[in-house]
Amino acid sequence: MDAEVSLRVDGTDHRVTVDTRTTLLDALRERLGNTSPKKGCDHGQCGACTILLEGRRVNSCLALAVAHDGAEIVTAAGLAPDGELHPMQRCFIQYDAFQCGYCTPGQVVSAVAMLREAEAGWPSAVTLDGVAAGDGSRARLDADEIRERMSGNLCRCAAYANIVPAIEELARR
Amino acid sequence: MRPFRYARADDVTGAVALLAESPDGAFLGGGTNLVDLMKLDVATPDLLVDVRRLTSDQVEELPDGGIRIGAATPNSDLAAHPLVRSRYPVLSQALLSGASGQLRNLATAGGNLLQRTRCVYFQNVTTPCNKREPGTGCPAIDGHHRELAILGASPECVATHPSDFAVALVALDATVHTEGPDGGRRIPITELHRLPGGEPHRDTVLAHGELITAIEVPPLAFATRSRYRKVRDRASYAFALVSVAAAVDMTDGIVRDVRIALGGVAPKPWRASRAEELLRGGPAREDRFRAAAEAELAEAVPLPGNAFKVPLARNTLTRTLLDLVDGPA
Repeated sequence: MDAEVSLRVDGTDHRVTVDTRTTLLDALRERLGNTSPKKGCDHGQCGACTILLEGRRVNSCLALAVAHDGAEIVTAAGLAPDGELHPMQRCFIQYDAFQCGYCTPGQVVSAVAMLREAEAGWPSAVTLDGVAAGDGSRARLDADEIRERMSGNLCRCAAYANIVPAIEELARR
Repeated sequence: MRPFRYARADDVTGAVALLAESPDGAFLGGGTNLVDLMKLDVATPDLLVDVRRLTSDQVEELPDGGIRIGAATPNSDLAAHPLVRSRYPVLSQALLSGASGQLRNLATAGGNLLQRTRCVYFQNVTTPCNKREPGTGCPAIDGHHRELAILGASPECVATHPSDFAVALVALDATVHTEGPDGGRRIPITELHRLPGGEPHRDTVLAHGELITAIEVPPLAFATRSRYRKVRDRASYAFALVSVAAAVDMTDGIVRDVRIALGGVAPKPWRASRAEELLRGGPAREDRFRAAAEAELAEAVPLPGNAFKVPLARNTLTRTLLDLVDGPA
């Protein structure tokens, strides 16, 4: 069954007719030609499809397009408007934080959103004492925090040894 | 994925009415579990009624000092909420120990309680499963059951309930508010999920078309001293082998009151009432904690592949209580 949805993707408005079964990931890749979010597991386990939906990182493979009519979406491509790379993208290059690169757009989008979450004082499972304190101050991001907060993004080349320092670099600034 | 119709309603009453007309329909919240199960053909609704905008997505403070959680509240907002963090740290910790940052942003509080088991046979339509298809059998009992139940299971089903959040809510005696075709009701969270018995396809006591609208957590002063400890195969982003939600009220080395629930060991979040009873009024000592844990697990019926969960649950419970009485108030 078809439904018409409006999506604002990386600053551009689109109106597209989709089957109700279409996920945001498939709408972006197959209908709007934005192949920046990748299809890895298609079951919400690998994070390669991570996008910003209304400013928050989500797995686009588990979000039905029809349920997000009117949504504002940013993909990894949208982090670099006019070819000017986002600081996180520059850090990934500086630290060689990839091998095959398939998970990288999802890693970068997730890391950008993760820094914003920490900025807003969101705790994590390794911030045990901070959970009770709840003072809303910025969470300090060491390597343990970054690994925990990025655990929804898998890299089967196992480039974690460079991904973590790349994110640490931007978190320090 | 099977074709389905998608519908929205103006309010909760409208959504309930829409689903009442569709015996094979389902409510759609964040979709993180349902959409996945639809891709696997495990869930085959012919209608999805989107309820994400129909209930509150906020945490409110109640006059008695408790909180009311709107069913549409994302798991991430709930875990980060100052009232939840300060009054019920066990709730924040349980939420943060589950899923990933991306999933917690989509998943809702109400949906978290209704997620289905991750038993591999339930998720695989090429195998029999009494929970997915009643009467077809349970291959887990003689097959792969390392993650499955040691308490409360039946010869029909040994699945575990996967939620961390629900385990913490059970320890805190929360109440679930629902609206259904026959009106509204309040269900103690300890009675929301059911043991499989001969009907493992029914995870909860909810009727078809009954929608969770809110979750209320009553005031519990000593919950400021509470903790969720989760043991799993990976350090992050994995379901519990065993988990413990606990809160302790201790004065002068005596356990005045205590709340304990176990996760990963049963078809529902397991309130450890027997252990609580043994601990109340006694000294806060390791040997007492261990004895209480052993008493709670005395009726465990482990399978060959998950017998390790009995000592693991005993040790995790003992350690969690020790952390609580040794740690800062």
